[in-house]
Amino acid sequence: MATGRGSINRKLEDNKKDVLCTQMPESHNNRPKNGHKNGLRSNGKNGSHTSQSRWDEDFFESFEETPLLVAILTYLGYGLLVVIGQIRDLMRAYGIEKDKSCTEPKLEGFVPLYQSWESFYTRNVYRRIRDCWNRVVGSKPGTRITILDRDSCDYGWTFELTGKKLNVMNFGSYNYLGFAENSGPCCDQVQAVTEKYGVGVCASRQEMGYMDIHRELDLLVAEFLGVEAAITVPMGFATNSMNMPALVSKGSLILSDELNHASLVLGSRLSGALIRTYKHNDMDDLEMKLRDAVCNGQPRTHRPWKKILIVVEGVYSMEGSIIRLPDVLRLKKKYKAYVYLDEAHSIGAMGPHGRGVVDYFGLDPRDIDIMMGTFTKSFGSAGGYIGGSKSLINHLRTQAHSFIYSTSMSPPVAQQVISVMKVIMGKDGTNQGMKHIRQLAWNTRYFRKRLQDRGYIIYGNKDSPVVPLLLYMPSKVAMFSRETLKRGMATVVVGFPATPLIETRARFCLSAAHTKEMLDEALKIIDDVGDLLRLRYSSLKPPDFSEKDIQLIE
Amino acid sequence: MAYIPATWDMYDLIQGVLQAPWYHMVFEVALILLIFKIYVSQSFSPEKTVLTEKEKDLLVEEWQPEPLTPNVPDDHPIIQSMEKYCIEGQNGKYITVNGKSCINMSTFNFISMVGNKQIQDRAVKALRVYGVGSCGPRGFYGTMDVHLELEDELAKFMTSEEAILYSYSFATIASAIPAYSKRGDIIFADENVGFAIQKGLIASRSHIKWFRHNDMEHLESLLIEQNKADKKNPKKAKVTRRFIVVEGLYLNTGKICPLPKLVELKWKYKVRIFLEESMSFGVLGETGRGVTEHFDISRDNIDLIAGSLENSIASVGGFCCGKKFVIDHQRLSGLGYCFSASQPPMLAASAIEALHILQEQPRLLVDLREKCEKIHDKLKNVTHIQLIGDPISPIKHLMLTEPASDRDLDMHTLEMVVDYAMNEGVALTIARHLDSEENNLLPPSIRLSVNCELTDEEINKVVSVISDAFREVLQKLSSVDMKSPLDSVKQGDGEQIASR
Repeated sequence: MATGRGSINRKLEDNKKDVLCTQMPESHNNRPKNGHKNGLRSNGKNGSHTSQSRWDEDFFESFEETPLLVAILTYLGYGLLVVIGQIRDLMRAYGIEKDKSCTEPKLEGFVPLYQSWESFYTRNVYRRIRDCWNRVVGSKPGTRITILDRDSCDYGWTFELTGKKLNVMNFGSYNYLGFAENSGPCCDQVQAVTEKYGVGVCASRQEMGYMDIHRELDLLVAEFLGVEAAITVPMGFATNSMNMPALVSKGSLILSDELNHASLVLGSRLSGALIRTYKHNDMDDLEMKLRDAVCNGQPRTHRPWKKILIVVEGVYSMEGSIIRLPDVLRLKKKYKAYVYLDEAHSIGAMGPHGRGVVDYFGLDPRDIDIMMGTFTKSFGSAGGYIGGSKSLINHLRTQAHSFIYSTSMSPPVAQQVISVMKVIMGKDGTNQGMKHIRQLAWNTRYFRKRLQDRGYIIYGNKDSPVVPLLLYMPSKVAMFSRETLKRGMATVVVGFPATPLIETRARFCLSAAHTKEMLDEALKIIDDVGDLLRLRYSSLKPPDFSEKDIQLIE
Repeated sequence: MAYIPATWDMYDLIQGVLQAPWYHMVFEVALILLIFKIYVSQSFSPEKTVLTEKEKDLLVEEWQPEPLTPNVPDDHPIIQSMEKYCIEGQNGKYITVNGKSCINMSTFNFISMVGNKQIQDRAVKALRVYGVGSCGPRGFYGTMDVHLELEDELAKFMTSEEAILYSYSFATIASAIPAYSKRGDIIFADENVGFAIQKGLIASRSHIKWFRHNDMEHLESLLIEQNKADKKNPKKAKVTRRFIVVEGLYLNTGKICPLPKLVELKWKYKVRIFLEESMSFGVLGETGRGVTEHFDISRDNIDLIAGSLENSIASVGGFCCGKKFVIDHQRLSGLGYCFSASQPPMLAASAIEALHILQEQPRLLVDLREKCEKIHDKLKNVTHIQLIGDPISPIKHLMLTEPASDRDLDMHTLEMVVDYAMNEGVALTIARHLDSEENNLLPPSIRLSVNCELTDEEINKVVSVISDAFREVLQKLSSVDMKSPLDSVKQGDGEQIASR
């Protein structure tokens, strides 16, 4: 693959060391000085790493560099916004302009709850384009959603529902496998459970909140993942933030991908372990930090680390990239670290059997120490799980915060996961699950390929159902979101500070429930808006992957 | 998505430059020149030890990490008791455990919302519209109209300007505290606050000052101390936010916080109050509006009220309410709000229905109070039991009057009490804690939760079973040679308990 798209570079590292994996273990000290390392193949040959080259040859990820002119213009755009914001703040301070933000009334003697300049960005930048987020939905988050139209009569300070309803295509929800449904067998089972159990549990697992339906769910999740045991938690965010502290503590090191989700960051912080980040998906950097950690031990005392935990996500939801898991596992084995894999966006959505990135790379789930994921996305439910060895799960059952201090899962929510998981595993006696999985894979390739052919800058892996399209300029963010909505398509746009300042983007989440016609319509809308906003920034040759390798099931 | 950046220093920077005196500028320039000179000039540095690759490989080879987790066997007492008492079917006023029906005195189903037909119907109706999950965070098409409706209802119910909904109660207060209190700020917290609050305090990285449980004199002395420190350093005091964090009704002790005194202290020492009402919401007060209503204090006095929908309301989720300028801030800086999928719409719908029921049937709360007092009355004089908690609190802790010196031994005794009661048809639970992580670990206890629908007969049964259980178990333990139960416990579960 390399020669064809050797020119497509990962954005987070310099172009020169683009190729990461096969040249691995010694490469950080004899890294090629210049010239494209499109020598994946030649590197693949070197000795013991031939086995890895197989996955690597089919691993295509694109992170095109921001065009210089665009970068400059984007910075100028922000500069202008800041200048105008400052002027308006000044005018507000002198009462020339009415201050509509909900500011704190002055209380004698109290320190303000938050400084007014803390909210400068919210007041002067975010407020202008606030209508692009928090749109109100009045239906299931399926392929078509009903958006309740809002109107603002004061330029974004407040919104009111107009009563109008927009029925649009949904490319914003994480409904990867298309199981967010309000009818059908899964839904019927959920209804039956609601009628039998009610919705509440009112207790934590260790304090009489452990029900037979939880046991059933735990066992099924373990079977699905192919691990010894699993536990489930009612909130995906809390699965990370409440369980990580039970795994590592002071004296341990967490090596965390720099783009890890907020819940992983919070969980790491609460654990008390030292956190070091490495460059996104950069195995060179990871190895360098691992090596350094093992050799130098803890800072100051130089005592060896108790344990080292590598924390990664399966699919990164803002980048659309896929973790280079085979390499992570190789490093993990070499340096005896542990791996915490968060499959929030990949479970269900990746791999030939929908079992996440582990399945995608054809690896053994038992090699991963902690398998974490959520039910919010592909399963159309809520909550999260942790799977792993029996002793890990037993430890969590006795020690995890989520088992002692917080409510266990609501039965209907648990049932939704059980029902959907059974469909994916084919336990319902149909091939619906496989059909959905294949369809999603096909949709992903089809949509990504078409977008790249059209000259948009698209980030991420060719098989990732999260598709970010780069917009760069803050004004285009708002425009893109509004224009696509006007034309009948709901999209997510993301800007600073969730992304780097000049890398604002739109994000499409593909679903197995999207039909080819819908994708084509979406592409037409994107083309329309893309021409309007001049979004075809890419200067690279389109890649040569194709959806044709994927067999659909009729 | 536009979140507020942590700081926006530009304004400060410009202000700083403009206000600096001339000699300061001269000094700065001199410093910069000096730094430049040091940077350019070659300096002597002792040689660092540089490991060769071979040595590094050896070190890598040598290093042995600790196992990821200690080996917890399947027969660990906690896992055993969890599996033994796995509930079949609904977790309501009565529960079925191992085919046996028991009166449930262990879950926070205070006003019997679990299994309420009206709520179930509403949940099913929502299910048929929205499906189960919302498939997105609030920002990205995860805001359903039911979420807004529930927020409105909550704000109206609590007569506050705005309410914000979280998808999990634990994440609510744990996200709310760090949204306001930052490094350098000071938080005065009750030593027995719940675990979620403790985690929020840690996440905020603020300076925490613990005061003794419900001890207002101690709190005041801390405030006075702080006042003195502030006077010494008024510049710092001007930017240091101060908070008091308390619970309305303490889960750990079953006691109500002395809110009137707290409010008085708030205004006297200019501290903000964050009130966590997970347990008191839908329990205390004439109409279930919590501890503020209980003491008849205007909610305007409280800066932030956090509550849970998981106890009285019997759904899953949490909320914060207060003034608009306070709550709005969380929509961009509450971690658990921004970065988590929103609450499943059917759970939001059932919470709305439960709120309606609560408002339509004030009788539920009258009943609840009556039952709480009744049980309190009957249990307070039972031998071997030290009853902790206020009479009207639906949470009561039963501790041993003569605790052993060994915590594990007491735990074992209580576990035997639970087993005994379970056999007699009363489901109890031990209050579980992470011993090593709690701020102020209380003695082991059995935590009783009262349901408003308990009949007199059921109450009598519960009380007699509990007193029997304590008596029988303690008799059994003391009849055996004092040494042997300890040994048997130590040998049997010692290792496992130690790992707890």
